Amino acid sequence: MAETVLTNPGQSTAQLEGWRGIAADWASDQRAFKNVSWGKAMMWIFLLSDTFIFSCFLLSYMTARMSTTVPWPNPSEVFALNIAGKHIPLILIAIMTFILISSSGTMAMAVNFGYRRDRVRTAILMLVTAAFGATFVGMQAFEWTKLIMEGVRPWGNPWGAAQFGASFFMITGFHGTHVTIGVIFLIAIARKVFRGDFDVERRGFFTSRKGYYEIVEITGLYWHFVDLVWVFIFAFFYLW
Amino acid sequence: MTNATVHMEGRLHAPAHGAVATGAVHAKGQQHPIKLYLVVWGWLFVLSTCSYLVDYFGLHGYLRWSLILLFMVLKAGLIVAVFMHMAWERLALAYAILLPPIAVLVFVSIMVLESEYTHFLRVLFFVSPS
Repeated sequence: MAETVLTNPGQSTAQLEGWRGIAADWASDQRAFKNVSWGKAMMWIFLLSDTFIFSCFLLSYMTARMSTTVPWPNPSEVFALNIAGKHIPLILIAIMTFILISSSGTMAMAVNFGYRRDRVRTAILMLVTAAFGATFVGMQAFEWTKLIMEGVRPWGNPWGAAQFGASFFMITGFHGTHVTIGVIFLIAIARKVFRGDFDVERRGFFTSRKGYYEIVEITGLYWHFVDLVWVFIFAFFYLW
Repeated sequence: MTNATVHMEGRLHAPAHGAVATGAVHAKGQQHPIKLYLVVWGWLFVLSTCSYLVDYFGLHGYLRWSLILLFMVLKAGLIVAVFMHMAWERLALAYAILLPPIAVLVFVSIMVLESEYTHFLRVLFFVSPS
């Protein structure tokens, strides 16, 4: 694929913009997504499918919360913490939100430096992103521990509607799993970047194909998506 | 462009956004100035703080819900458009990815009706009159 030269990659249609461009791209020969590699297109399609998965979780949470006659536990109180003698509502979740946003910022910078072929800075920024992600997962583990100690179970809790625990563990657990996989993904790619695989076009261990700095952007797409999902979880589960 | 390889996206529409990095000789792919990312990063912080303050000040009712949704949509839009570079992709990709989630909104409206019906039945038959 890497060596494939597109002798006539639909140049006549590739310049069209707007609705005519969409029609031309989709009606064209061989590929609908011009100037997007298969790797990036497939990551986007995977993220779309993941969108539907998280949508279904949030939808089932919405249905449970709207149809129960028992009062829903107040997340503002459930996730409050006592810091230095002061009772601050939802503070842990707010800190987790800022950590995840910061990790998205460093990831965006890593993509930028990747395309500038700045090997060391790209790798360092990716590792910083991974560290933020690991911190997030750690705080989530703390949050889970705290709630389990307080008696929250998937089938009940001390404060109200029994579905609260099931929704909480399912949604945040699935998101935390995504963050964990993202951290592993980031570390793996950062190692390749730091080793200079994409400068010497070293062939991959599994794929035997040459890698490019574009993989940093593809990793970034996944990571930003994880942040994106958290935006919706934060709004619908914690703030609503 | 006859020998354009598959991974050379961004070249074709690079002049369109007029912000190609100057320092990179072999620049290809999504190239945007660092400053853009820092500005978006800052806005995401501001918007997150705003949505946290909604809870901190204990706003309620439609004001709370509309503010939560507003900040959520703005944050999501910034992340997708700038961090994920969707603003610079060709429309064929953008629409292929951004339109299908509309089906989720349809699903939401169906489930809102369904859960209101369930709630109505539960109130009618299960909640003991006290």
